[in-house]
Amino acid sequence: MKYEEIKKLLEMDLKNINSIGELNKLKVKYLGKKGVITELSLEIKNIPNEEKREFGQKVNELKTLFNNEYNSKNEIFKLEELNKKLESEKIDVTLPSTKIRRGSIHPLNRTIEEIEDLFVSMGYEVIDGPELETDEFCFERLNLPDGHPARDMQDSFYITDKYLLRTQTSAVQARTMLNYEGKKPIRMICIGKTYRREDDATHSHQFNQVEGLVIDRKENNVSLADLKGTLEVFMKKMLGENTKLRFRPSYFPFTEPSYEVDCSCFKCGGKGCNLCKQTGWIEVLGSGIVHPNVLKMNGYDPDEWGGFAFGTGIDRLAMFKYGIPDMRYLYQNDVRFLEQFDRKDV
Amino acid sequence: MILSRNFVKDYIDLPEKLDIKTIGEDMTRIGNEYDYAGKFVDCTKLVIGEIISCEMHPDSDHLHVCKVNVGSEVLQIVCGAPNAREGIKVIVALDGAILPGGTIKKGQIRGALSNGMICSIAELGLDNKFLKKEDKEGIAELESSAKVGEDALKYLGLDDEIVDFDLTPDRGDLLSILGMAYELGALYDLKVKDMDLKYNEISENINDSFKIDIKTDNCKLFLAKKLVNVEIKESPKFIKNRLMACGIRPINNVVDISNYVMLETGQPLHFYDADRLGDELIVRMANNDEKLTTLDTLERNLDENDIVIATKKEAVGLAGVMGGLTTEVESDTKNIVIESAIFDGVRVRKTSKKIVRSEASNRFEKGLDPKRTYMAIERACALLEKYANAKILKGMCKYDKTISDDKLIDIEYKNINDVLGSNISKEEIINVFNKLGFNCDAKKEYVTVHVPSRRLDITIKEDLIEEVSRIYGVDNIEGRLPVIGEINNYYDNTIRSIRHKMYNLGLNETLSYILVNDKDVHKFTSDEFKELRLLDPITEERNTLRYSVLQSLFKVYEYNKAHNNKNISIFEIGKGFFEMSENQKIAALMTGKYSLGLNNECSVDFYIIKGVVEELLDYLGYENRYSFVIPNNIPKEFHPFQVSEINVNGTVVGIVGKLHPNTVKDDVYVFEINLDKLFEKKVGNMKYKEISKYPSIEKDLAFIVDKDMTSDTIIKEIKKSGGKLLKEIKIFDVYTGENIDNNKKSIAFNLVFEDNTKTLTDEEVTNVFNRIINDVEKKLSAKLRNM
Repeated sequence: MKYEEIKKLLEMDLKNINSIGELNKLKVKYLGKKGVITELSLEIKNIPNEEKREFGQKVNELKTLFNNEYNSKNEIFKLEELNKKLESEKIDVTLPSTKIRRGSIHPLNRTIEEIEDLFVSMGYEVIDGPELETDEFCFERLNLPDGHPARDMQDSFYITDKYLLRTQTSAVQARTMLNYEGKKPIRMICIGKTYRREDDATHSHQFNQVEGLVIDRKENNVSLADLKGTLEVFMKKMLGENTKLRFRPSYFPFTEPSYEVDCSCFKCGGKGCNLCKQTGWIEVLGSGIVHPNVLKMNGYDPDEWGGFAFGTGIDRLAMFKYGIPDMRYLYQNDVRFLEQFDRKDV
Repeated sequence: MILSRNFVKDYIDLPEKLDIKTIGEDMTRIGNEYDYAGKFVDCTKLVIGEIISCEMHPDSDHLHVCKVNVGSEVLQIVCGAPNAREGIKVIVALDGAILPGGTIKKGQIRGALSNGMICSIAELGLDNKFLKKEDKEGIAELESSAKVGEDALKYLGLDDEIVDFDLTPDRGDLLSILGMAYELGALYDLKVKDMDLKYNEISENINDSFKIDIKTDNCKLFLAKKLVNVEIKESPKFIKNRLMACGIRPINNVVDISNYVMLETGQPLHFYDADRLGDELIVRMANNDEKLTTLDTLERNLDENDIVIATKKEAVGLAGVMGGLTTEVESDTKNIVIESAIFDGVRVRKTSKKIVRSEASNRFEKGLDPKRTYMAIERACALLEKYANAKILKGMCKYDKTISDDKLIDIEYKNINDVLGSNISKEEIINVFNKLGFNCDAKKEYVTVHVPSRRLDITIKEDLIEEVSRIYGVDNIEGRLPVIGEINNYYDNTIRSIRHKMYNLGLNETLSYILVNDKDVHKFTSDEFKELRLLDPITEERNTLRYSVLQSLFKVYEYNKAHNNKNISIFEIGKGFFEMSENQKIAALMTGKYSLGLNNECSVDFYIIKGVVEELLDYLGYENRYSFVIPNNIPKEFHPFQVSEINVNGTVVGIVGKLHPNTVKDDVYVFEINLDKLFEKKVGNMKYKEISKYPSIEKDLAFIVDKDMTSDTIIKEIKKSGGKLLKEIKIFDVYTGENIDNNKKSIAFNLVFEDNTKTLTDEEVTNVFNRIINDVEKKLSAKLRNM
C-alpha cells in the first residue's frame, strides 16, 4: 500500500478503537512483524536511492503518528480502567472503625499529675516516701511526742506499736531534711496515699495528700507572705482564678505559727450554700512556718534556716475538678466511671 | 467548749449590739473555729400567761379549753396537758411563735379556736439530758410571782446565746469562761474584770486535823480546803442555766458549784465527803491489779501508770479522770474536802483513754495554769459559802512544785516581720501584745513580752509571732512567691510514664483500698511472707495490708461483673506490703473484647496480655532482656498450663497468665510485676546504633518438633548457631494437623541475615543456614519441614 492509503486507513482504524485490547491489536496490525507500516518500510530496498530519504521520512511520519495516537489512547484507557477498579472498591466510610479499647487515667492521678507539674515548674522536687511509716517519722520527729494531745487529731492504723500507716504525708518532711543533712535548701512536694482510722460519708479511711516544704537560709527570708503567695498560685490553679484564700490561725505541732487556709466556696463562689454550710468558705489546707523544734530534730539549725510547710487533701480537689458528686465513686472503680477519664485534660 | 454569753458577761462587757454570729466569725478569724453560734433556746414569741379559766373541751376527754391572760389580751388556747388548770402561770407561745418542733399558728382544734400553745419545758428544745420527768409530762408551771406578759425565756433565764467552739488542742486556756474573756478582750480591746473570791473563815484550821501526802512526781500542785455544815439543795437558777448552756446537767448546789468553777476557771475540782474520807489524802501511783469503783459504779482495774488519790486504806479517786464511789458527796453529806490540783497531762490522758474521757480529763491533758488552781479553790469556797451556807476552815493543805511567774520572751521587731513577710510597725506590735493582756518592756530593736502563766501554749518567740499574725490579721499581709536560690527540682517520672503507657495500651486505671481481708492476702501469689495486720481495724473486712495488687484488681473485676460490665481491661500501680516493708507493683486484669470493630473484634487471650507485658518492658528499656519461664510454683488461682513467670536478666519480677476456672468461670487474664525488683535491673540511656549500609537477606524455614517443646528453646538454639550474622528471628506460623504427627507440631521461622561491614554472599548465608538446620535437628530432635 501507498503511504496515503495507509495514512487514511490508520486514521479510520484509530477512530474505531474502544479498548486497550483493540489498541494493542492495532499495534500488531501496523507495527507487528507483518504490520502494514513494517511492510511498507521494507519496500525501501526497491526505492531508487535519490528517493530513499523522502520515503524514509514518510514512513517515520506514519510511525510517529501511530505512536502518538497509541500513547494518548493508552493513557485514556488506563485511566478509565483504574477508575472502574476504584469504583468497585467503594466502601461505607460511616461504618465503625477498628480500634483497641480506650484506656483511661484515674481522676485522682490526673489531679496529682497536675499538681506535680505546677510545683515542678516552680522549682520543687517531687519526693516519694513510704506509706508504712514509723511512729518516729510520722509523729515524733514532727514535734508530736507520745502522749501529745494533738495525736487525737489523727486516729491511726497501727500494725505494731512502732509501725503505722502514715496519717499524713508530713512524714516525708523529716525524711527529706535528714537526707539533706541540714546543709541544702529544700523545696519539695510529696504526694501520696494517707490513712486515718475514720470512715463516713465525707471521710474515707484512705485518701491522698500533697505536702509541701520549703526551707532556705535565714537571709533568704522564706516567710508567711511567701507561703501565702505560693498557696494562692496553687489554689487558683486548682479551683479557678477567682478563688480567694482566708488564713485562719490554727495549731499544728510541726509549724509555728500555724494556719488553716479556707478557700472561697467553689460551689457557690462565696455566697453561701450547703457545701460550705452557708459560710462561703471551705477549709482546704493546713500550713505554717516550720517549727524550730522540727528543724532542730531533723538536722537544720533554726538560727540559720527557716521556711514553710503546707498540706492538703487531694480527693476533694479531684472531685471539684471533674464534678464528681460522691467521694465513694473515686474508690469504687466501676469501669463505666473509669472509662470517662480517657482523654487529654485541657 | 461552749461559750455562754450570759456567763462571760460577768467578766467582760461585750457590747449588746454585737451579734452572736459575728462573735463566732471574729473568733474564727483569730483561730477559734465555731460549729454553732446562736440562741441557747431557739424559740420566739414566748410570753408569760395566766390561765384564768380552764374547761374541758366538749368533744374530747382530755383537751382543755383555756382562757389565758397574756397581758395585752386574753387568748383562748386549747391545751392537752393533764396539769392545765385555772390560776397557774404558764409559758405561752403566741401565734407565729417558732419552736424547735415548728411554727405555732392559730386554728381550730376539734371545733374550738386555739390562739397559740401553752408549752412544756421539753417543747422549748432543751437537750433531753436536762429534762426532768415533769418537764416532759405537762406544761411548765411558773412561780406565782412571774409577771404576766413578760418574755418567758428571760424570766426562765434561758434567754442566753451560745457559741460552740471547736478549739485547737494547744489552747487549753480557752476551756474556761475566763480564758474566753481574755480572748474576746484581745479581739475587741476590752478589759477583763476580776473574779469575786471573798469569803469568811472559821477559827478551826484544816492543818490541825487534815494532812496531804504527795508521793509521785506526776502531781506538781495539790491544794485542799475543808468546809463544814454544807447544805445540799437545788442550785440557784443562774447556776443551773449557765451549766445547761455549757452542756452540763445540773445535780445539786455542791456538785453544780464544782462544775461551775471548772467552767469559769478551767480548773477541775473534786469534792470529797469529808466524813467518809478520814483525815488524810495521799497522791500516789496505783499498784498493779489495784481496783477502784468509780462514781459511775463500775469497778476499774488499775495499774502502775495510773495516778490515784487514796487514803491509807484504799484508793478513793482516779486523779484527773473520775472520783471514787466511797467518798462521793451525797444528799446527806455535811462536811466536804475540796481538792484542786495539777496532775501530769500525759498520764491523765493515758488513763482517761483507758477509762473514760471527761470534761476534767480533757482539761488536765491540755495543761493548767497554777494560778487558776488557787483561784478555783478560793472561788469554790466563796460560792459554797454563798449558795450552800458552808463554813470554811482556816488555812489550806498545800503542796506546790510549780512556777507561775510570767515568762519573759525577748523578740526583735525585725524577726516578726521577717517571719511574716510583713511590715508591721513597732507600735502596732506592742499594741497587739497589750490587747492580749501581755505586759511589754519595749526597747528600740526588741520587746520583752511578759507572758502570763495562763498562756501555757506560748513558750518560744515563734508563738509570739503567731499571736501578732492572729490579732494583726493575715489578710493584711500581701502574698508573694519565694525567690528561687539553689535548686534541684528532681522528678522521677517513671511511674507516670508507666501509667501513660498502660493508658495508651487501652487499659483503665483503678485506685483501690490497700486494706484487705486477711483471708485474701495470700491469694494470687506463691510468695511466702508474713502478712501485716492492723492492731485495731475499723472492720474485719479490712484488717490486713495487701501484698498483691492483683488481689485488689480481682475485687474490682468482681464488682464490675456484678454490675454487668463485661469488657474489662484495668490496671493499678500501688504498694504491696510485707515484713514492715513495701514494694511498688503494677498489676493488670483483662477480659472480654480488646479490639473492637465490625470484622476485627478480638477477645483477650494469653498472647494479648503477654503483648501488653512486652510492650511495657520494651518501653522501659528492657528489650531483649526478659523471658517467659514456666514457674515451679504456680499460685492456685492461675490456670496451670497458661501461666508464666516474667524473668528479667535471671530474676523473676512478675507473673502473667490466665486465671483458673475455679477462681473465675470467665476467661480472665492477669499480670503483676514488682516494679521495685524490676528497677534493680538498670537501664542505660538510649543510644543511636549504626544502620547497616549493606542489604540483608531473608530466609524462611520450619521445624517439626515435639508438641511440648517451647518456641523459646528452638530460638535459643537457632541464635546460638546463627552467630553474629543472624540479626532477627520471627515466628510466623505454628501448625498442627494434616501431615504432622499427633504428638508433633511445626513452627515456621523467618530469619534475617546481615553484615554491617560488607554485602553478604549467598554462600555465606547458606553456610550459616545449613549449620542452623543441622544443629537444631541434632540437638532438639527436630526435623526440617519441607516447605
